[in-house]
Amino acid sequence: MAIDFQLNGKPASFAGDPETPLLWVLRDHLGLTGTKYGCGVAQCGACTVHLDGKNRRSCVTPVGTIAGKSVTTIEGVTGKTAEAVRAAWVGLDVPQCGFCQSGQGMSAIGLLTAKPKPTDDDIDHAMAGNICRCATYVRIRQAIKDAAGVKGVRA
Amino acid sequence: MSRAGMKLQLQHLGLAALAIAAVALPAAVIARQSAAPVGLQPVSAFAGIADPAARSAAIFTEMGKVLTHPRCLNCHPRTDRPRQGDAMALHNPPVVRGNAKGEGAPGLQCSTCHGPRNVAFANGTGSIPGHPLWHLAPIEMAWQGKSLREICEQLKDRRRNGGKTLAQIHEHNANDTLVGWGWNPGPGRTPAPGTQAQFGALTKAWIDTGAKCPT
Repeated sequence: MAIDFQLNGKPASFAGDPETPLLWVLRDHLGLTGTKYGCGVAQCGACTVHLDGKNRRSCVTPVGTIAGKSVTTIEGVTGKTAEAVRAAWVGLDVPQCGFCQSGQGMSAIGLLTAKPKPTDDDIDHAMAGNICRCATYVRIRQAIKDAAGVKGVRA
Repeated sequence: MSRAGMKLQLQHLGLAALAIAAVALPAAVIARQSAAPVGLQPVSAFAGIADPAARSAAIFTEMGKVLTHPRCLNCHPRTDRPRQGDAMALHNPPVVRGNAKGEGAPGLQCSTCHGPRNVAFANGTGSIPGHPLWHLAPIEMAWQGKSLREICEQLKDRRRNGGKTLAQIHEHNANDTLVGWGWNPGPGRTPAPGTQAQFGALTKAWIDTGAKCPT
């Protein structure tokens, strides 16, 4: 039986094995390759999407568990917070190789949705699960502050 | 872009993915089950201890095999950081207790990774544990680093056990499904000793004999 859910505001469906990770469904079956595969074991954050508005690692999310729920990916995330994050990312030229950045951006938007004016600690705690092999962490933290309009105390 | 340039870019992307994967697999996550499950002695095994207080303390000591098992201790931390795996390594990613319910920080809650049930990794051995109510035990219920006697006294103290009566402690130990996860932890983790039913029976026998603590 097909699993129906909302994807970037539109109906989506998957008729395969319900144990298939959402990440596989997004990339291999629905053609949305903006969400990245990094580790497959919820350790790097590259596969972060929003599930009913909250950050969720799609590599450990069987598609069968999201029936009736709403998934947002980097391709479809919209709104004031997303726009602010996008502008801040561009303004600071945050990415280097870029592989982890869709996950970083989705986590940042998820943080600012839950906590619009985060402290340095809030940012560090929220982003601790998103690894960047280029070590763009300082720019990521500053971009989140810029998007939120906060100064913080650390670089 | 030239074909050579594109190939180089793809190689860089591939290297990036490999590098991420390489740093992202701590031993606690990929460790295979390291020890065979251990059993619990039944309540009847303590019938030969004539003194009820001594019997009660002995029964609690048996319960301690569960209470001090990694499946329980990992999420009863005395800091704001949980541990994970049979080796009780610090949790990776480095999550924190977060809100008052112990559900993690905004943006990186337990539910960012832990779903309503255990999920086997799609790319190899191991699994990520899950339960609908996955969260840390409150700080006043911290057990890590404490003696069994200290844990026992803490369990009976309504200021440090969530306001529970002894009957409610029994109900919790015997039937709570998050407690029960300890015996169904998914591939890669050693289950808690015995069964939840045995643990519940021991808890009842401990209470019925006066809920004494080991010295």
